[in-house]
Amino acid sequence: MTLSFRFSDPKRARDLRDAIHILAPPETFKIVHVCGTHEMAITRNGLRRFLPETVDLLEGPGCPVCVTPAADIDTAIAIAHAGATLCTFGDMIRVPGSERSLDQARSDGCDIRTVLSVADAVEAARTTDEEVVFFAVGFETTTPMTAAILLDDPPSNFSVLVSHKQVPQAMAALLDLPDNRIAAYLAPGHVSTIIGTRGYASWLTTRLIPTVVGGFEPLDILYAIALILRQHRDRTPKVENGYPRAVSADGNPVALALTEEVFETAEVAWRGIGRIPGSGYRLRSRFAHLDARERFTIALPEERADVPGCRCPDVLTARAVPTDCPLFSARCTPLTPVGPCMVGTEGACSIWFRYGGRESL
Amino acid sequence: MSDERITSLHGAGGELMGELLAKIVLPRFADRSSGRIDLAALDDGATIDVPRSGDLVLTTDSHVVKPIFFPGGDIGTLAAAGTINDLAVMGARPLVLTLAAVIEEGFLIRDLERILDSFASVLEEVGATVACGDTKVMPPGDVDGIVLNTTGLGVAAHAISDARMELGDRVILTGSIGDHGMALLAARSEFHLKTTLESDVAPLWPMIEPALEVGGIRAMKDPTRGGLAAALNEMARKATVTLEIDESSIPILDPVAGLSEILGISPLEVANEGKAVLIVSPGSASAILEALRRHPLGTRAAIVGTVTDEYPGRVILGTEIGGRRFLDMPLGDPVPRIC
Repeated sequence: MTLSFRFSDPKRARDLRDAIHILAPPETFKIVHVCGTHEMAITRNGLRRFLPETVDLLEGPGCPVCVTPAADIDTAIAIAHAGATLCTFGDMIRVPGSERSLDQARSDGCDIRTVLSVADAVEAARTTDEEVVFFAVGFETTTPMTAAILLDDPPSNFSVLVSHKQVPQAMAALLDLPDNRIAAYLAPGHVSTIIGTRGYASWLTTRLIPTVVGGFEPLDILYAIALILRQHRDRTPKVENGYPRAVSADGNPVALALTEEVFETAEVAWRGIGRIPGSGYRLRSRFAHLDARERFTIALPEERADVPGCRCPDVLTARAVPTDCPLFSARCTPLTPVGPCMVGTEGACSIWFRYGGRESL
Repeated sequence: MSDERITSLHGAGGELMGELLAKIVLPRFADRSSGRIDLAALDDGATIDVPRSGDLVLTTDSHVVKPIFFPGGDIGTLAAAGTINDLAVMGARPLVLTLAAVIEEGFLIRDLERILDSFASVLEEVGATVACGDTKVMPPGDVDGIVLNTTGLGVAAHAISDARMELGDRVILTGSIGDHGMALLAARSEFHLKTTLESDVAPLWPMIEPALEVGGIRAMKDPTRGGLAAALNEMARKATVTLEIDESSIPILDPVAGLSEILGISPLEVANEGKAVLIVSPGSASAILEALRRHPLGTRAAIVGTVTDEYPGRVILGTEIGGRRFLDMPLGDPVPRIC
């Protein structure tokens, strides 16, 4: 692969591996990342093989589809049952709600469509008089796109079911969970292009652990891990930018302004973690007419998020790896997923299953 | 007949169908005859002149593709090359093909002509012909444009399976991986992508024939649907061996690598329509590689791996950066079905 040659040069990888082994502490050191693309790169490139045994690298709540609470899926299904066309990303379709998934609702006759972007959902609304609702999931990266569409005078039959989330607040919440000895964060590169390294400042001043923004090429990730371990050795925990070719201190001011104009920060629920203050968004009052929750009368089933035996909540909070779950690759596979982490293509279980993360080689 | 369309009468067996066959189909396959009673006879069946020695090899496949015309080919190229390649990786020279078309009412006749031209030109390359065929017309919506079914008959001096191999054998790939699947993904309008990438769809027999003459080819497979990952896993499972593959030696074109990054889809998991995986004895590997490289389709041929016994039935990928992981069977199409 000549294109990515510079970022997967084996010689440089060996140098970084040597640096990581020299810097790694003798005791167990748990690094958590919160990004499906990171997990994909780590697993597909076999990067865990480069780390000493004492360094654990786990995916936390990095898959936006996986952390969407069952209640939001129940709401989407109720809206579809009320007669609206519901548009969302393909990954969302098979994630289980409390009783059913959107996929099952579709087989009940609901009009549920897969789109590649919120713009496609608006296009669908322009070609009909029926109500069209976009089920908006995703982190700080997709939120500005939803905002831009809402500011661009969408048709009156279009509305949004907002389930967007903010990653740094979830990272902070994870540190407070019991039995979760997170030593450092590999911070998400994509989210950081929007929020900048400054986006982590507010909470890290009170809970200081090494936090390094990493890119997505194999060398980016090894480099970020080396920076993390250097911070640990030098006892200088801080937010550090290991991905300066894409990420700045201030992030993307245009995207941040769009988000700020349309949304306000809200407390929302994360599957597997629970409610986290300031970790999500709601529409500002002047956009209330575009809020699907306002537009439809919704009767929800009682929320039932956990599947017996499924360890998704532990995987999403970085307290377990997929192979710790007794259902993994036995009852639960991407073809017959039990929990959301096996459904979402960015979920740790799905990635481990598809890209040979099952056994360590 | 520039804007003429297929109607239900074209499939009804009457005058209009006869006209369609006589004007559109038969002239394209008139150069070669399958035997004493051939396609032109329009009889109930055809006879085939079969060579007196060797293994007869039979294969069949139905072809659907979206879009029907794609960069580098169309459903006609795909149907002809797909069937010929199944024969070629069995070590068989293609003799005759059948061609059955299920066509949606309203399909443009000039599009059908284009597809038949493509089909005929691929057959021309390998010296095969059409022995018999069939046409059905379905009401609008009952079929998406056109479906082709082809059965191919070939003859091999000694048919080559996809599972006979010995420890230490080398794995050869005849060219760059992922071209067809990525070209089709890029051609799908919803992704709003533009690329110069073309499908690799091509008949492999002219490249494989001289390689067979070298000797030492133990097994062959064409990595079509499911891509290289599926083909290698099938071979490893059947032969109960490990295929140890070196990622950095797998030829991948820049546009394929780029699209793979954009779409998040591994080039190892998407279809190829003009490539083969060869398992060859270690002593013959370099001579076979040379023979392949002499043909335009094989200029990028490379040794990409070795047969070992570390994890029987599994494929191991030594990643470019120096990691190591299992390369497992893909679970299905990475996106809605495209071929």
